[in-house]
Amino acid sequence: MAYFTELFSGTKSLFVGLGITIREFVKPVVTVQYPRETIPMTPRYRGHIELVRDPESGGPKCIVCGMCQKACPSGCITVDGEKREGVKGKVLTLYRLDFTKCSLCGMCVESCKPGAIDFSKDYNLAGPSRAAYVFDLLKRLEEKR
Amino acid sequence: MTMNIELIRLLAFLVGIIAFAALNAAYLVWVERKGAAHFQRRIGPKEVGPYGLLQPLADGVKLMTKQLLVPDGVDPLLFKVAPILLLVPAVMSFVTIPFGEHLAARNVDLGLLMIFAFASINVLGLLIGAWGSANKYAIIAAARVISQNIAYEIPMLLTAIALVMATGSMNLNEIVAQQGGGLWHWNLIRLTYAASPLTPIAFLIFFTTMLAETNRAPFDMAEAESELVAGAFTEYAGMGFGVFFMGEYANIVVGASLVTVLFLGGWQSPLPFLPGSVVWFLAKMYAIIFTVVWIRWTYPRTQFYALLNLSWKVLIPISLVNLVLTAGWLKVF
Repeated sequence: MAYFTELFSGTKSLFVGLGITIREFVKPVVTVQYPRETIPMTPRYRGHIELVRDPESGGPKCIVCGMCQKACPSGCITVDGEKREGVKGKVLTLYRLDFTKCSLCGMCVESCKPGAIDFSKDYNLAGPSRAAYVFDLLKRLEEKR
Repeated sequence: MTMNIELIRLLAFLVGIIAFAALNAAYLVWVERKGAAHFQRRIGPKEVGPYGLLQPLADGVKLMTKQLLVPDGVDPLLFKVAPILLLVPAVMSFVTIPFGEHLAARNVDLGLLMIFAFASINVLGLLIGAWGSANKYAIIAAARVISQNIAYEIPMLLTAIALVMATGSMNLNEIVAQQGGGLWHWNLIRLTYAASPLTPIAFLIFFTTMLAETNRAPFDMAEAESELVAGAFTEYAGMGFGVFFMGEYANIVVGASLVTVLFLGGWQSPLPFLPGSVVWFLAKMYAIIFTVVWIRWTYPRTQFYALLNLSWKVLIPISLVNLVLTAGWLKVF
């Protein structure tokens, strides 16, 4: 008797398996044809940092306090600014990120009081030389306009 | 003059059958890959031509332009003759298959027997190829294939005998003709007259053995690429491998055609008021082939002893019971 029950349950399980695969067969494909189509990155994705624009002035929010530069354990951030006539505080003139050394730890973002830097969603990063990964973030912000 | 017409007819069928076999072999690879992809929710071949439809052509050109490599230490004659020995029986089996009411190369009285006879030869082709290539993986594969085919030929023949007893004919055309008049006349269910009530189970057995005979997953011990490199085909490159591959797929087409003819009413239409035609035959055949692909991407490969256990402990006893029951049924009714 055990022979027949085993036979029956075995055969049944085969059909159950077939049912599962045919359901998968008719579902839409999940492949993303990557270079041709991309999906939007998740909000928590941590790409290299970028400067945040000040909505009022249109320039960077950065006040050139240099906290990010100090916070960076790999020393990959260089910030420089100057005093200008008629402008309160310092004006950012240079924000260089050496992405070849960056470990995306986020200490700079955490240390930034005015919230002037944030993680970007860039992930299409490939290039022929190291020099291509020393980013001038100020220039990038201007180009993004 | 009549002689000439007969000759031309045969020639036309020969060309047609070889073209049909080759075309099917090429496009079954495409169906296989597309099917596999969609079962895993991928896209599959899509770059060569629309929906990747020119992929088989590209593969064929690639195989044909490759060097026909004959490794050292192989038996040169056996090594070369084996792929042909696998392909020819498969193509020969098409001769007697009735695609439509008047569309069969030869209406052979013992058509079923002929197909079984040729189906046995293709194992020999595999064995010769494996032996000739003097490769341990190939020889292990060949040993597996032989014991598998011996084990599965028996239940296949037993169910076929039961079916022949019910139909009273080995002529495939006549077997199909008997199944005319709608779905419920097909041998699969056969509600109208005498046949063993076990026929649906016989169908399952026949289908299973067909998978085993054509070395398809989950019984693909002949190739078993994850264990035996490429099994019997390990030493073959280029078109030698291509012909083996064609033979394999031609065998699948023959197997699917046989299931269609024996159990699913061949070219008969499923509804009595629709005329039977070759379209029905092809539709049923490709449905069976799709099921074969479907099964391949559902079940993992069985272990070898499980495979033999299934045959000797389950399929053969049940097909014997089916045989006896059919005999009794025919005697009583």
